[in-house]
Amino acid sequence: MAFPQPKPQAPQLPQHLLRTINCQQGAVRAVRFNADGNYLLSCGSDKSLKLWGVSRGTLLKTYSGHGYEVLDADGSYDNSQLCSCSSDKSVILWDVASGQVIRKLRGHAGKVNCVQFNEEATVILSGSIDGTVRCWDTRSRRFEPIQVLDEAKDGISSVKVVQHELLTGSVDGRVRRYDLRMGQLHVDFINSPITCVCFSQDGQCTLSSSLDSVVRLLDKSTGEMLGEYTGHKMKSYKLDCCLSSKDTHVLSCSEDGHVYCWDLVEGSLSLKLPVGKAVVQSLSFHPTETCLLTSMEGCVQVWAAEPEETQDEVTMAT
Amino acid sequence: MASDSEEDFVVYGTPLEPLDEDEPLKKPIPLHEQTVKDEKGRYQRFHGAFTGGFSAGYFNTVGSKEGWTPSTFISSRQQKAENHNARPEDFMDEEDFSEHGIAPSQITTSQEFSSGCRDEVREKTRAVISQMALIPGDNLLEELITPARLSIGVELLRRMGWKEGQGIGPRVKRKLRQRQKEGGARVYSCALPHIGSEGSEDDDDEEFAPENVTFAPVDVTPVDFSPRSGVQGLGYRGLNPGLALLGHGAAEHINLFNPESETRSQLFGNAQKTSRKGRISGQAFGVGALEDNDDDVYHKDSMTRYDTVLGGEEPGDGLYGWTAPQQYNNRRDTSKALSYLGKIPEGFTVALKHTKEKMIFPPPVLPPDFRPVHGFHPSLLGTTAVSPALRQALATSRGHMVKEEPQQGGRHQLDSSQRRALLGEDVLHSSSSVMELLRPEDRQRLYNLHNDSKTTSAKCQNAIHPSGSVTRSTVVSLTQPLPQSCSTPSSSLQEDSLASWRGVQSSTHTFRPFVKNPSKQARYEQFLSRLKHGDKDAVEQSLDPGMTEWERSRERDEFVRASILYQPTSSSLSSRFTVAQHQEDDDAVEVCRDEEGAVDNKQAAVKMKMFGKLTREMFEWHPDKLLCKRFNVPDAYPGSGVVGLPKVKRDKFSVFNFLNVTESREMTAPLKPPEMRKKSRWDVSEQEELDKEDELPTSASTASPNSISDQTQAQKRKEDDKEEQQKEEEEEEEVVVSRPPMDLFKAIFASSDDDSSSSEVESEEEDTKEGEGKNDLHPLNLFNVPSTSVTSSITSCSSQKTVVFSQTSMQEEFGPSLPPPSGTDTRGGATSHYSSSTEDKQRKKNKEKKVKKKEGKHKKDKKKKKQKKHKHKEKHQKKSKEEESSDEDSEGHVSTEELLKRLKSIP
Repeated sequence: MAFPQPKPQAPQLPQHLLRTINCQQGAVRAVRFNADGNYLLSCGSDKSLKLWGVSRGTLLKTYSGHGYEVLDADGSYDNSQLCSCSSDKSVILWDVASGQVIRKLRGHAGKVNCVQFNEEATVILSGSIDGTVRCWDTRSRRFEPIQVLDEAKDGISSVKVVQHELLTGSVDGRVRRYDLRMGQLHVDFINSPITCVCFSQDGQCTLSSSLDSVVRLLDKSTGEMLGEYTGHKMKSYKLDCCLSSKDTHVLSCSEDGHVYCWDLVEGSLSLKLPVGKAVVQSLSFHPTETCLLTSMEGCVQVWAAEPEETQDEVTMAT
Repeated sequence: MASDSEEDFVVYGTPLEPLDEDEPLKKPIPLHEQTVKDEKGRYQRFHGAFTGGFSAGYFNTVGSKEGWTPSTFISSRQQKAENHNARPEDFMDEEDFSEHGIAPSQITTSQEFSSGCRDEVREKTRAVISQMALIPGDNLLEELITPARLSIGVELLRRMGWKEGQGIGPRVKRKLRQRQKEGGARVYSCALPHIGSEGSEDDDDEEFAPENVTFAPVDVTPVDFSPRSGVQGLGYRGLNPGLALLGHGAAEHINLFNPESETRSQLFGNAQKTSRKGRISGQAFGVGALEDNDDDVYHKDSMTRYDTVLGGEEPGDGLYGWTAPQQYNNRRDTSKALSYLGKIPEGFTVALKHTKEKMIFPPPVLPPDFRPVHGFHPSLLGTTAVSPALRQALATSRGHMVKEEPQQGGRHQLDSSQRRALLGEDVLHSSSSVMELLRPEDRQRLYNLHNDSKTTSAKCQNAIHPSGSVTRSTVVSLTQPLPQSCSTPSSSLQEDSLASWRGVQSSTHTFRPFVKNPSKQARYEQFLSRLKHGDKDAVEQSLDPGMTEWERSRERDEFVRASILYQPTSSSLSSRFTVAQHQEDDDAVEVCRDEEGAVDNKQAAVKMKMFGKLTREMFEWHPDKLLCKRFNVPDAYPGSGVVGLPKVKRDKFSVFNFLNVTESREMTAPLKPPEMRKKSRWDVSEQEELDKEDELPTSASTASPNSISDQTQAQKRKEDDKEEQQKEEEEEEEVVVSRPPMDLFKAIFASSDDDSSSSEVESEEEDTKEGEGKNDLHPLNLFNVPSTSVTSSITSCSSQKTVVFSQTSMQEEFGPSLPPPSGTDTRGGATSHYSSSTEDKQRKKNKEKKVKKKEGKHKKDKKKKKQKKHKHKEKHQKKSKEEESSDEDSEGHVSTEELLKRLKSIP
């Protein structure tokens, strides 16, 4: 860099609860920011997918069409489309504005755990309990996937896409990274069922949480472990982990009702965010700001670095 | 009078529609809507006769309302623009091409059919000359005189010999023509000369022409159906000035069908015959005073001028089209020959004598029990004089209809005992076992191998023993084998193959499973040929003595199996099928080229937290072409048709291809208790939790402040569970170890039949163990390895495991489960399904909570039903978890209280 950073700011953590949104859609299986972080998607166990405004916590749209509980969702880069996956083995591509089903993609043999758009929303990647990742084409009218990645020996729990790389975490304890440009498949053995995988924001590291209650930061190119984060409890449930927007911290859900936040470099626990007494199921970090979404049971919590001045939004959006 | 009877009226035209009284009067169409349209629906505006009648195009512009759009020039890489030359027709309307348009397009004779051969060369030269000439267009004069264009019909007629002025039709004999003429002359009342150009030369005497010369018929002008113009009555002819001046007043024979005779007479004026020149005569004119004869002043009609028979006499001689010289005609038999005339091709004549008519006898009537199958007489077959090829053909044609007599078969059909009887040999008293033929040391080795395998299988029964303790010497001492039992599995197979192959003649069209290994194939064929001869020890003799014992045993089994698999079809079937020219490579299966390595090393590495090279593997992976396109990434392997991990074909027959290469590594690695490796992924955490007691305090310690009794109960239960689980695992382990899962065998011997699978499996097991026995002290590993390498075995293992697991967790779920839908709201609904020990406590808590959280209660009932769906998930929740969550309830109250405070603090 030619110019030094003006002022190294102390990393901020989302430790203030801004509001709690009662989604009223059963258990919230996943909560996700959209591409720019102004909206959030909540996947309910009552088969519905809901779109909320983050700043005011207002319900904007309900997308219903799944046959069973919605497990994951993602928004396209231009906010025009959503994709969601469900226990009914299907993946649905939604039109955001109209709420109509653009495409319902069937082909998985089991419930679909995770879904992700690629960068240009031309491909939907869905990972299922049947051990396959299917690449669906959103451009053509084909209802067959472009490619089926069936290298996993067990169910896929998490899929992430950054540029030309796919990262999949499987229950067979392996993190697989498909490099489309190089045409290579890298397999990292973790030995414990993977619950969630992430790319770091700089794209050099992969983060994977597994059921042995460890979150590991691996170097993407060599597979060496750069960091290990422990202290939380992740033993039986499929819980999320993520990195902060500036790659300063590692966050993970825990079964003890907290969100654990570690310093990425030191590996020390820097924040233990009490969310509630049940399992924190899903979390999502704002793409640019210090803002965190967590979901516990039927509610979604919005956390920020500074407490909001106006307190009237704290009330439950019933 | 008849006004009331409407039948009297004659109605012309179509009546108007009856007026309906009630119907309101239709609005008259306004003037501006009374438009005229052409047949295409386009408006035709009449804008006055002086301005050109109907308007053309769109308001006298070109084309349509949009105007005349020039053709756009479009040229792309795929579709090159053609050079388009505009013709005048492109700018014309459809009406212009119609009959009355400016460019009428109708069916006309095209150039190539209009006249004789087009002289293109001449036209070209003419064009050149016209350009070269001093004065351009010099040959204008030449072009003025253009040859008349003749129709193709005329051209064809000319080619056939027709000449201008001749009639069309068969040649006419002279006599007939004469008669024709006579008839014509008879008609003429007055002395009119013979008319017709062709008739002039015939006026001479008859002997002038030879007998066999025929003449063309009289030209016939078609009836001119010219419409009558004028108001005169039928048959009236006005004054013909030419005739009148010529002074021709005599009437001729009125031939309605030959009106041109008049014109002909006019053309070849009969002026010299008429005496009076320049006299005007006619029906309307009287006779001058100076005229002598006035006899024909008044028109006289006589019946002689009319034909009495319709059509008159037939012209021609009946020789329609027959133009051959007459000498070929038979004079005497003309009447008969004439009937054939016109049908006999040129150069042929009608035969003088009739040929005898052939008598055709009807076929005999078939008896009702006739079967249309032809069989040869056996005596014919039996004759040795018949060539072997013919006999073969006869035999094949005979097929299976006639039963084959055993005596007729060759020596190959004979049983060995029959042959022996024929040869007069004594009965051999040697034992039937193969083992007898072996050398004693070989036999001993076979026994050892067999016992080895037996002990390994026995060892599987009590698998906890380390397999290394078993040595070969103990094995030998342990069992004293019986010679018959030694070869039972393989020998039974051999018997099978022997039975199927014995007596098979044709060896040419059999499947060749070892084509890739020529020497092996040769041995196999030798083996087959021996089999056909009924050799019982065919395998042993055909094997290569230079090979090691292990190889030989393996090959022996392969041969026997192959011979059974590819049994010769029955002769009737095999004669109907041929061997494919290109054999499919079906003796190979697709296997992933790169297999993931052993898990043990990695597990060790993970334990030591040595991530990196040890835990990482890199494979070549081929993304789909379209996927690359969608990701905007160049194809990493352009031109490769492979998608996914590249696969390789491996020999299907070899068992060892399916076993991982890493067995050596496996052996060097410290042998772990198998349960560790066998764990399904899901059990790992559970197992660890159970095994390590230090994990327990996370639940136990948190639970301790609440209720110790609960904790102890829980621990008791845990211990019980643990014991149970251990028991189950031991059992399961035994089951697994004692016999590898069937799926493994199925994966290996997928092509084999089910009925023989059991024996095969045994033999195969034995086989592999024999092989392992040489260099391996842990034959168990052989079947433990596939649990990671062969996917099918994995599924079977994991399924077994899940069954066990379901006994403890009462749930069949794969992968990390989802957390229970909600705790606070629906716990009341969910607790009823909890275990009885915690139920009471939970209910109490719920009651407390209900009191505290009244405001949330109305939602509860609504949600109860919904949450019942997820009760199976709640069951999955472990007890420790429950306790923990219940523990946290106390902490949770604080948070809810805080929330309430906040709520209240809101203005």
